[in-house]
Amino acid sequence: MGQRVSEAIHIHCLTLGYDRHPAVHHLDGSIAPGDLLALVGPNGAGKSTLLKGLVGEIPVLDGRIERGTSPGAVAYLPQAAEIDRSFPLSVLDLVAMGLWRRLGAWRSLGRGRAACEAAIAAVGLSGFEARPIGTLSGGQFQRALFARLIVQDARVILLDEPFTGIDARTVGDLIALIRGWHEQGRTVVAALHDFAQVRAHFPTTLLLAREPIAWGPTATVLTPDNLERARHLSEAWDETAAICRHDHDAHDHDQQHDHHHHGQHDGHDHHHDHGHGSPREAAE
Amino acid sequence: MIDALLAGIVGPYEFGFMRRALVGCLALSLSAPPLGVFLMLRRMSLMSEAMSHAILPGAAAGFLVAGLSLPAMTLGGLVAGLAVALMAGFVTRSTALKEDASLAAFYLIALAGGVFLVSLRGSQVDLLHILFGSVLALDDPALWLIGGVSTVTLVALALLYRPLVMECVDPLYLRTVSRSGGPVHYAFLALVVMNLVGGFQALGTLLAVGLMLLPAITARFWASDLSGLIPVSMLVSVLASAIGLTVSYNAEIRLPTGPAIVLAAGALYIASMLIGPRGGLLQRLIRRRHLEA
Repeated sequence: MGQRVSEAIHIHCLTLGYDRHPAVHHLDGSIAPGDLLALVGPNGAGKSTLLKGLVGEIPVLDGRIERGTSPGAVAYLPQAAEIDRSFPLSVLDLVAMGLWRRLGAWRSLGRGRAACEAAIAAVGLSGFEARPIGTLSGGQFQRALFARLIVQDARVILLDEPFTGIDARTVGDLIALIRGWHEQGRTVVAALHDFAQVRAHFPTTLLLAREPIAWGPTATVLTPDNLERARHLSEAWDETAAICRHDHDAHDHDQQHDHHHHGQHDGHDHHHDHGHGSPREAAE
Repeated sequence: MIDALLAGIVGPYEFGFMRRALVGCLALSLSAPPLGVFLMLRRMSLMSEAMSHAILPGAAAGFLVAGLSLPAMTLGGLVAGLAVALMAGFVTRSTALKEDASLAAFYLIALAGGVFLVSLRGSQVDLLHILFGSVLALDDPALWLIGGVSTVTLVALALLYRPLVMECVDPLYLRTVSRSGGPVHYAFLALVVMNLVGGFQALGTLLAVGLMLLPAITARFWASDLSGLIPVSMLVSVLASAIGLTVSYNAEIRLPTGPAIVLAAGALYIASMLIGPRGGLLQRLIRRRHLEA
């Protein structure tokens, strides 16, 4: 049990962004070990940014992330993988990259080969081991990346819009894999756009629109009311936005992000449409 | 007839300077082309060209201090090449500029500075010597240097192979599982600089990159994966060196050796482009019926 608790990811008043402009603004909460969490929200809501922050790919602007596990024990499937698919590499070699943590730069593949072949079979790509990755279709390539995730054998798996441009059958197979990971007690966080998928397969959901809108059981999060508010939150990137003086030391909260802003108002307020119903004004 | 041909091929190597030139080129042929394969696959071909120019000011500074002295010019070239590679890498990682742009900026500065330095003291002949090398004047220290560079490169490539391939294919993934991405990238650039400095003794700063890139690009028409590309590129380079040296010795007109080697590599490239089985031109012209599945 103790080990499982340490696997939780706690997020404290986290702000992530680019060029000081927040893309995820004052997020609080924790991802319990074994959680199967859907990350939903409009484009530009900060879903990808949050995942990049969780994996340590971009620096934290404010607040902090407490991972029980080392950042390396997190497997991450980016949205548009920076993978050079013209590179002459076989499917087996791509999947075997997942063994890096065990093999490092020099140890031989050895028994890992069987694990790779099993993973390739599990994603339905048997017979494709020797094919160059450049010859795979989009869906086949995504299957191969899932095989690499299987081989990585990480306790925490982050997926950024894994089903974009993938046909229904492949999505079905990949969701079955994700549910399998969930049953094995792994933590899975996936950014998704398809609400039906989320309702059918993901017990918990975080609705994000730069500000967190709601976080909890999927049924209570994906309400028309919440979705409407998510739509309204502007995607604007205001060049002249004032410096945020949201005072996060003054409060420390958990799952419920019931913000109480203690800062003072001094003229230009910017509106944080936070939490539960009543929009509050943040100190700027 | 055959005797004459044989004499033409073997004859030149009765001379020590030709044998030295051949040994130097063969050593370079084993180490530079594999690097060229990675450069090509990473779409960094032109970047290595830029790097080769970056070596000039260092060599020139060595030349200013010690004249046409090998150790001074080598050291200078090494320092300048590594400095430009590191600075370009640093600017790329810490500003919005992409690597090709920052490298272009640095190498232009370096090239202009180098020409300026050489003309401060030397004559046009010296400048030509530095720019185009003197493969027929390789002395013992130069051969030791080239052999050392070649050995270090092959050992380092063997050690770095796996992370280097991963850094080429999926740098983001390598970043999430290991911190070796940055060091591997810099080590690779250092190997490129070392080989360019080694090659510059033989082929000069401008053409040193020829034995690195042309064989690698040629190999693309004969092999499709790394296990084929690397040996084929080495073979092409060996052939180009031998052909270039022999032809330049036998030619009626005065054909400078360095350019002859690079031209031989170029001829092999054009021939492969025409007849190569992997996407060669002829292969494309002959349309065979498509398969069932």
